[in-house]
Amino acid sequence: MTSRARWAGVLRTPVGAAAAVLLGGVMLLAVLAPLLWGGRADEVDTAHILAPASAEHWAGTDNLGRDIFFRVLVATRTSVQLALLATALGVAVGLLLGTLPLLLGPRLGRLVTAAVNIAVAFPGLLLALSFAVIFGAGASGAVPAIGLAIAPAFARLTQTLAATVAGRDFVAAARIAGVGRVRVLLRHVLPNIAEPLLVNATMAAGGSLLAFAGLSFLGLGVQAPDFDWGRLLGEGLNGIYLNPAAALVPGVAVVLAGLAFNLVGEAAAKAVGPRTATATVRNRATDSAPPTPTPPAAAPVWLQQTGQQAAQADALLVVEDLKVSFGTVTPVRGVGFTLRRGEAVGIVGESGSGKSLTALAVAQLIEQPGRVEARRLEFGGDDLLRTPPRARRRLLGTSLAMVFQDPMTSFNPVQRVGRQLAEVAEQHLGHRRGPALARAVDRLRAVRIPGAARRARQFPHEFSGGMRQRAMIGMGLMGEPELIIADEPTTALDVTVQRQVLALLADVRAADDVAVLLISHDLGVVEQVCDRVLVMYAGRIVEDLPVERLRDGARHPYTRALLGAVPDLSTDRDQPLVVIPGRPADPAAPPPGCAFAPRCPLADDHCARVDPALIEDGSGGRVACWHADRPEPALYAATEGEGR
Amino acid sequence: MSELTFEDVTVRYGSGRRALTAVDGVHLTVPSGAVVGLVGESGSGKSTLARAAVGLTPVAAGRILLDGRPLPRGGRRPLQMVFQDPYSSLDPRMTIGSSIAEAIPRGAAPGAAGRRDEVARLLELVDLPADRAGCHPAELSGGQRQRVALARALAGRPDVVIADEITSALDVSIQGTVLNLVRDLHRDLRLSMLFITHDLAVVRYVSDYIAVMYLGRIVEYGPAESVLADPRHPYTRELLAAARRPGGGGPQVADTVPAQVADAEPADPHHPPTGCRFHPRCPAGPLVHPDRTVCRDTAPTGDGRPHRAACHFVNSAADPAAA
Repeated sequence: MTSRARWAGVLRTPVGAAAAVLLGGVMLLAVLAPLLWGGRADEVDTAHILAPASAEHWAGTDNLGRDIFFRVLVATRTSVQLALLATALGVAVGLLLGTLPLLLGPRLGRLVTAAVNIAVAFPGLLLALSFAVIFGAGASGAVPAIGLAIAPAFARLTQTLAATVAGRDFVAAARIAGVGRVRVLLRHVLPNIAEPLLVNATMAAGGSLLAFAGLSFLGLGVQAPDFDWGRLLGEGLNGIYLNPAAALVPGVAVVLAGLAFNLVGEAAAKAVGPRTATATVRNRATDSAPPTPTPPAAAPVWLQQTGQQAAQADALLVVEDLKVSFGTVTPVRGVGFTLRRGEAVGIVGESGSGKSLTALAVAQLIEQPGRVEARRLEFGGDDLLRTPPRARRRLLGTSLAMVFQDPMTSFNPVQRVGRQLAEVAEQHLGHRRGPALARAVDRLRAVRIPGAARRARQFPHEFSGGMRQRAMIGMGLMGEPELIIADEPTTALDVTVQRQVLALLADVRAADDVAVLLISHDLGVVEQVCDRVLVMYAGRIVEDLPVERLRDGARHPYTRALLGAVPDLSTDRDQPLVVIPGRPADPAAPPPGCAFAPRCPLADDHCARVDPALIEDGSGGRVACWHADRPEPALYAATEGEGR
Repeated sequence: MSELTFEDVTVRYGSGRRALTAVDGVHLTVPSGAVVGLVGESGSGKSTLARAAVGLTPVAAGRILLDGRPLPRGGRRPLQMVFQDPYSSLDPRMTIGSSIAEAIPRGAAPGAAGRRDEVARLLELVDLPADRAGCHPAELSGGQRQRVALARALAGRPDVVIADEITSALDVSIQGTVLNLVRDLHRDLRLSMLFITHDLAVVRYVSDYIAVMYLGRIVEYGPAESVLADPRHPYTRELLAAARRPGGGGPQVADTVPAQVADAEPADPHHPPTGCRFHPRCPAGPLVHPDRTVCRDTAPTGDGRPHRAACHFVNSAADPAAA
């Protein structure tokens, strides 16, 4: 249904509409023209030989006095038919060649691939010309000629697409299940590559129409007494000075028909093409997000998600009522917290909880079309919302360091690591090249990279994952950071290396009194580094508590469930793990009340209607729950009692 | 009720100078009805071992035996595998019902109705309502998809199921459901299982035996309780130290590891170290004890005991010198 909606959407675009109209017209002509005007096109009129365009003969007549305009209309069928025939042949041969490697297995398959690769190297038209010579002039020669010229490129495309799909796990799973090669091809591979192939075949039809016109024009295609556009064009060209319309009209026909096929291909490509993240977000927003009525009670709730005490003297980062939205979807819905100097705070939550977006928003790294709003966003006393962009960049460049999950993608792969670090000093601290590089080496040493001077001259791919992550932290230390934001810094690393990176973060923090904001899905990681934990769910902070209280003092049912859902080395093996029923809240359609209510064992009607505020508990923690502290078993007992 | 045995299995990728020996002479037994947890870092060869067992990767040397006999080619597949990423292991264009039905062996459930009933039975086995058979994978959450993948593996009536990191792509709140299911299935069906993961806490929760792999070799193998309570190989000890510790708050990482070990680099699998592969980062090896050159020259082998470790200094490695 969604795909039907997509096609309908494409039809409404100018390209889609034009393509549909053009192709419809061409096809209608191909069917009807010979029936309606077949006689007039062949009507010999020796009285008007080679007449110029006139009211009677719109495009003039040819050397037998036949009306050229009608001949062009009637020729539509032959031209389109032959083009489609050639395309069908090309696609069939291409599909066969393209899927053979899958069927034959690796060794023979490699031979086929090599053959196709060589064929692709020949220019298509040259191939068609030589085939036309081999098969003989005439339509029966030109069709296989053009078909075979299309085949290699199509085979190559099929091969590439099929190889991508064949490498995916579901194909491996089917093979393990004992599904044969032919069935794998028919059931799993072809359906998954059909759309792009179809688009390409449509484009190829346009191309073969042009190629056919070319061959006929050269006298290698359709032979008299049959005629197609190419032949009419060739005949008209002889008398172009006497009657330009005789050449122009068939030319225009070729252009229009070719355009029709190509535009349809283009429009189809748009319909099936890359379903980008933004498109999905938009779809989901329009499809599945009913306009959520905001209950009046919810507004003051957001106001209450403020930094703990706004007037804290040693506050480094103050965030109040931070919202990040993409179109109609708001994945971060009013987050507030304060980070003191030298403090390490962890944000935990599942994917989609908005934890990474919160970090990116603080670092001012949210790109269009994302929008960041906040009542207060202050870093080191500067208001990030009102600082001009230049000053803000400088401030963030020197005092804030960012460490991402995948260190491979956060370094430029073609620049030496030392250079990339030095660039920070040149850009933001105004160092010259030499001292900047010296500082880079020094910082690499500071993050315990052995042989720092030698390593600085290496490229990122020569570093191991853990070392790249250390170098990334080193890059953050090029300035004098007051805050390091680390977004899942160890998720891509092995456990033993993870320990090294976490230890380094702890060291850096201790040495320079740097605050750390650590985003992770792993409570264990946060426990090892942080003083305080913010638990996020569906774009809001649901609990904020000191790390010592995490294991036995958590008050929000979600926090408690998270702790129970993940086994550790002391989990009772005979007891099942805690299960959080349901699935994470959809950011496109947050429920009106507490977002966790649908999955919460404590939830009642009040929870489903009214979102609880994040309230301080007087001992340094905050929790957003109507039933904080109520242990689950007690609740079950209570409901039983009420039931009786 | 079947025992899966790897006998001196070696798997190589590529050839010539760029060849990579991903699995190097592995001996491993998955006893009948037991869950063996295989742990190790990325690149240690644990997934390659799994792919070799189900025939996705050719074996360069050694044998893989089921109850003492080589695996049958064609026909019923006694080994089934569940993949890491449930978003890529189900065909997005097929309903989950037909994905599962595809894996039902021919003759096991004759007729369309028979297949439908079998699919319903399998879905219920993994705690999914039978009427979800008509859903496409896109309509399911990650945890539900992983359960469908489990159902598909069970459809083949396997003797051994290989689970390759089946929880690592899932959100923490969902991991628990899949782990509970694995334990229930093991208990109810007495399945033999090779459970691959990098997470010791997860492996401890589901496994009867634990095998630890490092750079293509099994370095320690034994009953789960014994390996966790009394790790013999220094690498196992390092993994355990890095795993979650209950109630462990505050910065307490890397407090017991000598500096030269803490900063040691992971080895390059293309150029594995000589002798014991762990020696360049071993706290019990030549890095800390310069006289222990045997680690550099000779590859250690485990003895035949139920709990064995491939280390020259199994007994002395635990001494305070390592701390």
